[in-house]
Amino acid sequence: MQWSDEGIILAARRHGERALVVDLLTREHGRHAGLLRGGQAPRARTQWQIGNRMLISWSARLADHLGFLTGERVEGHGVMLLDDRVRLAALSAATAVGAATLPEREPHPRAYAGLTALIAALGADERWAIAYVEWEMALLEELGFGLDLSCCASTGVTTDLVYVSPRSGQAVSEAAGAPYRSQMLKLPAFLLPGGEGRRPATEDVMDGLALTGFFLERRVLAPHGRKLPAARSRYIDALAQVLTIPSV
Amino acid sequence: MTELDRLIQLLAKLPGLGPRSARRAALYLIKRREAVMEPLAAAMAEAARTIQPCTICGNLDTIDPCTLCADPRRDAGQICVVEDVADLWAIERAHAFKGRYHVLGGTLSALDGIGPSELRIDALVARVKEAGVREVILAMNATVEGQTTVHYIIDRLADIGVSVTRLAHGVPVGGELDYLDEGTLAAALKARTSMKSGAA
Repeated sequence: MQWSDEGIILAARRHGERALVVDLLTREHGRHAGLLRGGQAPRARTQWQIGNRMLISWSARLADHLGFLTGERVEGHGVMLLDDRVRLAALSAATAVGAATLPEREPHPRAYAGLTALIAALGADERWAIAYVEWEMALLEELGFGLDLSCCASTGVTTDLVYVSPRSGQAVSEAAGAPYRSQMLKLPAFLLPGGEGRRPATEDVMDGLALTGFFLERRVLAPHGRKLPAARSRYIDALAQVLTIPSV
Repeated sequence: MTELDRLIQLLAKLPGLGPRSARRAALYLIKRREAVMEPLAAAMAEAARTIQPCTICGNLDTIDPCTLCADPRRDAGQICVVEDVADLWAIERAHAFKGRYHVLGGTLSALDGIGPSELRIDALVARVKEAGVREVILAMNATVEGQTTVHYIIDRLADIGVSVTRLAHGVPVGGELDYLDEGTLAAALKARTSMKSGAA
């Protein structure tokens, strides 16, 4: 059993004295782990850092086995972000959320594309904070819990959509949601169809994170008795401390 | 199970030793019973009885506070924060730091579920507040998890008004640029320092 693919490192855990068990999100094979012999050697540790994009080969005698990994780095974004507190927190949160929510050995090409786009944005783009919310939206959709933001769940209108129903995950217009305002989740305009080009305020990004976080926890993790990883809360705390996000 | 099997089994649990090398070590010990085995057994029993973590810094020593914390010649105004006791020993080997230490006991890790409460971060904050510390040097590994911990500690120390620094990232001594990875080179360029010319 052997294949080669491209993957982003979600986590790397020490195994014994020399090896690492590396968890990657690959383009064609989904989230996949493998044993990396000699992974704790200094040179290997530099390569196998969280967030790095790798070209990997996986091999095992049987498909069910953990298998052995070899590979080389294509891009090393993780190391580039070490000095930036908020972006580093975003990278940690994104990889931790991916590792916590995606099932193993199931291809999720959209999730891979979303994480790739996020990591590229963290390295250079001005829209990285939005890209993070979009990554979690893509994750929800890929896992079968996508939000329907096309029209109001109650009236069917396509304008003034400002809420999301916590029960159905569908958009709700301002008028229809007014009586239930306290129970509704806020829908930031940049998530609406056609809202991609808008420059949102910090609060909009926080609303987007609250929205995706609610559904990730309620629909994906809670049925398995799990919660969102602490790295995500630390990212939100770090983001909240930034009064204005100049690069949003 | 014989006593010999038990010895081999226990030796095989040591880092770097497998069953085969444990058998060789056991045989070596038995052949040098008086010269090596008995002193080693006595030293291990004594170490197990006396070595404990220092209540101030987390270092391992036979006394509490440890030798480093109790040494009046060391600068109490500087605290170097490290992940593990092995890192403390590495810095001590360099003979480059004469302040005090604080061992965190790991780094924040999403995968292993290690949060701030599992590390000795509260103890560090309390120590900095009480002991009149001038500078905290964060000597964590240059990994995503190590630097995430660095940023978290910087946040926690922000209100205290202490100077917080971290180890430089860049070209190692004896390192050749051609063999360095892009991340290290980028970090080295970012952290470049100005050089004074004409110094006598």
